[in-house]
Amino acid sequence: MVSKPFDSARLFAAVAAARMARLASRTLGRGGGSTVPGVVARRVDPGVLTELSRRLPLGSAAITGTNGKTTTTRMISRILQTAGVRAVNNSTGANLVTGVTAALVLDSDLFGEPASEMGLFEVDEASVPKVAAEADLQILAVLNLFRDQLDRYGELAYTGKVISSAFEDLPENGSVVLNADDPLVASLGRSAGKPVYYGVDEPALDTGRLQHIADSKDCPLCGTALHYDAVYMGHVGVYDCPGCPFGRPVLAYRASRVRLDGARGVDFVLQAPGGETEVRLNLPGLYNVYNALAAAAVAAEAGVGLEHISRALREFGGAFGRVERVKAGDREAFLLLIKNPVGFNEILRTFVASDDARHVLIAINDNHADGRDVSWLWDVDFEMLADARLEGRTKGASPFTVTGTRAEDMAVRLKYADLPVGAVIPDLEEALKTALEATPPGETLYVLPTYTAMLEIRKTLSELGYTHPFWED
Amino acid sequence: MKLTIHHLYADMMNLYGDRGNVISIKKRCEWRGIPVEVVDVGLGEPIKPTGCDLFLFGGGQDREQTLLVEDLAGKKGADLRAIVEDGGVVLGVCGGYQLMGHYYETPEGEKLPGVGVFDLHTEPRKPDEERLIGNVLVRVRGPEDDRWREIVGFENHGGRTYLGAGVEPLGEAVVGFGNNGKDGTEGARRLNAYGTYLHGSLLPKNPWLTDQLMLNALRRVDDAFELEPLDDAAERVAFESVANRVRHG
Repeated sequence: MVSKPFDSARLFAAVAAARMARLASRTLGRGGGSTVPGVVARRVDPGVLTELSRRLPLGSAAITGTNGKTTTTRMISRILQTAGVRAVNNSTGANLVTGVTAALVLDSDLFGEPASEMGLFEVDEASVPKVAAEADLQILAVLNLFRDQLDRYGELAYTGKVISSAFEDLPENGSVVLNADDPLVASLGRSAGKPVYYGVDEPALDTGRLQHIADSKDCPLCGTALHYDAVYMGHVGVYDCPGCPFGRPVLAYRASRVRLDGARGVDFVLQAPGGETEVRLNLPGLYNVYNALAAAAVAAEAGVGLEHISRALREFGGAFGRVERVKAGDREAFLLLIKNPVGFNEILRTFVASDDARHVLIAINDNHADGRDVSWLWDVDFEMLADARLEGRTKGASPFTVTGTRAEDMAVRLKYADLPVGAVIPDLEEALKTALEATPPGETLYVLPTYTAMLEIRKTLSELGYTHPFWED
Repeated sequence: MKLTIHHLYADMMNLYGDRGNVISIKKRCEWRGIPVEVVDVGLGEPIKPTGCDLFLFGGGQDREQTLLVEDLAGKKGADLRAIVEDGGVVLGVCGGYQLMGHYYETPEGEKLPGVGVFDLHTEPRKPDEERLIGNVLVRVRGPEDDRWREIVGFENHGGRTYLGAGVEPLGEAVVGFGNNGKDGTEGARRLNAYGTYLHGSLLPKNPWLTDQLMLNALRRVDDAFELEPLDDAAERVAFESVANRVRHG
C-alpha cells in the first residue's frame, strides 16, 4: 500500500480535534459521541486511521455479517482480556469507518500513540472494503449473510462480492475466518489467500427442512439447488452441490456434541487445530454456538490459547439487549431482541426445547430501525410453536400478550397459527406492567421486542427501578 | 369439493412474507371445513389445475426474476394465459404482478418478457428516482357488487408500472404510490386475475378480499356456493390501526 509521508503535526491536530469533539458532544448531552470524533479527525487528517492502526503491535481484526456481530465482537473482547491482550473496540452501532476511526483516535494519546495492542472492530457489511483499505487488518471474519434489510444492500450475492473485494487488502498470512455452514459465506473463501473455516457437526440439530425464509439454497457458483445433509437454521447447514464440485469446506474450528439447555445456555465440544475443549455458554440457542465458534476462531488465529478461550466463553454474560435478564421485584424479565425471522425462529425453537417460557410478551414496532414493513412476521414459523403446544411440550403456558405499534398485526399472525392471544395492548409501558402483573411471583416473563420496542421496555423497566440504565454497561 | 392453492415459484419468490397470503387462504378454508391443499409449483414443473383453483404468484429479487422469465416463456405462460381467459383466479403480487404484464425492464436496460395477462408494462426506476416504499391505502371497487371498499398493505418497488387501454386498475391509491406514483392507480384486474404492489400480508388484514378470491374459485365448481361468515374482529382491528395511521400521516 502506498501512503503519503507521515505528517505528525497533522495527526496531532486530528487527535486533538477529535478529543474536543467528544468533550463537546458529552457536554451537550448528545449521546455517547461514538462517531463524531471520527468524523472530525478524518476531516483534519484523512490518513488518520491508516497511521494509527499501523501503530498497533498486533494489528486488527474485523467482524462482519448480518447477524451476531455485536455478540461475537464482545466475546472476542472478553477472550482477549482473559489472555491479557489490550484491545480497542468501536462501540455498538458505530460500525462504519467513522466509528472505527473514532475508537482508535480516542485510544491514542495526543502524539498518536495507542494505549492498546490490538484493534477489534465490528464492521457493517458495506463498510468492509473501506475499513480493510485503511485499517491494518490481520483477520477478517464473515459470520453469515441473511436477507435482513434488503432496501439497504440489495441482493445477498452483491453483498458477498463487496466483502470479498476487501480480501486483497489483508497481508499474505492474514486469516479470513468464514462460516463454512453458510454456502454463500463459504464460497467467498475462493478469493481469500488464507481461508479458515468454522462450522457445526451435530446431527441432532437437523431441522429436516429448509425454512421458508431460506435465502441462498442454490449453489453460489453454478446455481444448482444445493443438497443438504442437515439444515440447522435458515440456509445454514451441511450441504454439497450436485451440479459442481462446490461443497461445505473442511472445518478448522468445529463444534460437536451440542446440547441446547433451554433458555439457560448451551454446551458443546470445541475442536481447533490446537486441541479440543469443552465449552459451557450462558447464552441460549444454536446461533450463539456460531457466535462463540467465530469468536474462538478469531482469537485462536490471533494467537490466543484454547484454555483462555474456553474460560472466557464460560464467563461471558452477553451483550446489552440481545439477551438480558432483569430482576423485576419477585419476578424476572428475560429480554430477547428480535431482529429478523431467522432470529425469531431460533428464539421460538429455544423456547420449544424448554418449557420455561410460560409467560410471553411480544413487542413489535415498525419504526425505521425496526424495519417499517412487518410482513416478515409471516415468514416466522409460529406454526412450529403451535405444534409444540398441541403435543403438550409447553405445559402451563398462558396466552401471549402483544404490544407495540404493530400489536394488532402480531395478534392476527398468532391467530392464523392457531395460537392463543391474551391482551392486545399497543402501549408498551402499559403492556409491560400488565404482563408483569400477570406473571406469578417467582416466575419469568419472556419479552420478545424489536429494536426500538426494546429501548422503550428498557426505559420502562429502569423507571420502575428494575434495572440500571444501559449506558452504565 | 377441495380448493387447491397453487403457489407459483414458492421457493424463489418468497420475498416480503408472501407466505402470509397462502396461510390466510388456507386457514379461512380450514376454519369453515372446506378441504384445502397447497401445491408448490417450481421451475420446470407444470401447472396442474383441478377445477377449483387459486393461483398465487409472489415477489422476488431481480436475479430470481430473470430465471423465471425463461420458465414462463414456454407452456407454463401459455397455460396461465388460458386460465385467466377462462375466468380462473390468479393473484400476482409485486414481482409476480410485474411478470403478468407485457414486459418488465430491469435497471440494466434488459427487457424481460412477461406472461401478458395484463395490458401493462413496467419501467425501471430512473437514477434520480427513489424506490416507492411505505404503507398504502387503496380504494377498490368490486365488480361483483359495485361497492367501494378499502385495502391496506405495504409497497416496496423500484419499477414503475403503466397500464394500457385493455386493463382496469385494481383501485386508486388514497395514500401511497401505487403503480407508478404518478397516475394514482394501483394494481390491475382482468376477469378474476388480480395484480397488486401491496405485498406480504395483503390478505391477512383484508379478509374480505381473501374471501372474494376463495368464493370466485369455489363458484367455478358450484355457482350457488356461499361462505360461512367468520369472526374477523382481530383482522378488522389490525386493518383500522394501519388505515388510521396512514390517513393521519
